[in-house]
Amino acid sequence: MRKSWWKILGLCLIGGSIIAGLLGPVPRLPILNETIRNVYFHVPMWFAMFTLYLISVIYSIRYLNSNDIKNDFIAVEAVNTGIIFCFLGLLTGMQWANITWGEPWPNDPKTNGSAIATLMYLAYLVLRNALEEEQKRAKISAIYNIFAFPVMIVLMYILPKLTDSLHPGSGGNSTFGDIDMDNQMRPIFYSAVVGWILIGVWIASLRYRLRLIENTRNQID
Amino acid sequence: MILEWRSKYAINGILLYVVSTVFVCYQAFKSVDTLVWNALFWIILLFASINAINRSFIQESSYRQLYYYTIASPKAVILSKIIYNTFVMVLLSAIAFSVYSLIFSNPIGDPTLYLTAVLLGSISFATVFTMVSGISSKTGNNSTIMAILSFPVIIPLLIVLIKLSQNAINGLERTVSSGEILVLLAINVITVTISLLLFPYLWRD
Repeated sequence: MRKSWWKILGLCLIGGSIIAGLLGPVPRLPILNETIRNVYFHVPMWFAMFTLYLISVIYSIRYLNSNDIKNDFIAVEAVNTGIIFCFLGLLTGMQWANITWGEPWPNDPKTNGSAIATLMYLAYLVLRNALEEEQKRAKISAIYNIFAFPVMIVLMYILPKLTDSLHPGSGGNSTFGDIDMDNQMRPIFYSAVVGWILIGVWIASLRYRLRLIENTRNQID
Repeated sequence: MILEWRSKYAINGILLYVVSTVFVCYQAFKSVDTLVWNALFWIILLFASINAINRSFIQESSYRQLYYYTIASPKAVILSKIIYNTFVMVLLSAIAFSVYSLIFSNPIGDPTLYLTAVLLGSISFATVFTMVSGISSKTGNNSTIMAILSFPVIIPLLIVLIKLSQNAINGLERTVSSGEILVLLAINVITVTISLLLFPYLWRD
């Protein structure tokens, strides 16, 4: 019980943010209208994905230093879970874009960048499948993971800031928090972010433990 | 042990490849507007560079790699590979550019800036592809993995490069493009440092 407080906290935060996000008051803004509620769901997906990828890189570095296969398991499961969150983020973003920007896939640098980053991490999984030997697979995929992470940052955070983007916070647009969010929205938004990050870490840790069990079983046979 | 100035015949092959690709494109398109001109040039250069650098690790037998392993540190090996590939890429892109602008008519407004873009582009192709080909050479079935791994990594670079060279074609003010040049340089520095840090792990087995 003492160890699982953060899981309960995550569930409570997400539950609270879903209820408050769907029922609570929001400012009425032109174009956005009620779709501003999506900020509680779309943005936290990316925060969770980013946290998971960061965890994955940290454990890849630790793998290279220690050669402990457990670190590699954590890294790959963090990427697996991160990709799920990335797809969820893309889906919610497409719904939102369909209403506010008029089409599900506007030619926007941030949208394209995140799609390419997804491709990159899918390539990471393909690379893992291409290698048979366990040690070698862990080592090479860890190297690629570390190599891919800064490129992901450039794609999703630096390039959209340089060019014109429909997303807030890039290409001279002001950030979302400056103009559109009022003080009632802020606590709900932050609790949603923290909640989804915690849930993401929880899913990844569950998958990691499953993989660990599978691994020990295979060794005994 | 800083340069491996062998396998010149491979370079000749790649040069021929570039020239013939340009010619095929010319036969297919005849005349193009500036946007397509720019995109086509970078696509030709992209494929030529993948072909050129893909070989940098495979063509060496494992015995020779063992010999390098005994004689030099991994950092020296990757640095020499990067430098060598950069030279090859600069040569390659210079020739590609001259043939390309000879066969197609040349619409560039600011040639110096465009040449800077080509130079930076070839350097960054070399740095990224050297590391990726190092990774893919360890996986056995090579060229597919190479393409899968390298395309997503190279796309952001390519976006910036195409933007920069489009600015050069349109002859915009130099100050407009300084941001892109900085981003390219920063990406190059990051790639080289990461390669230097990671390659020793790759090299060991």
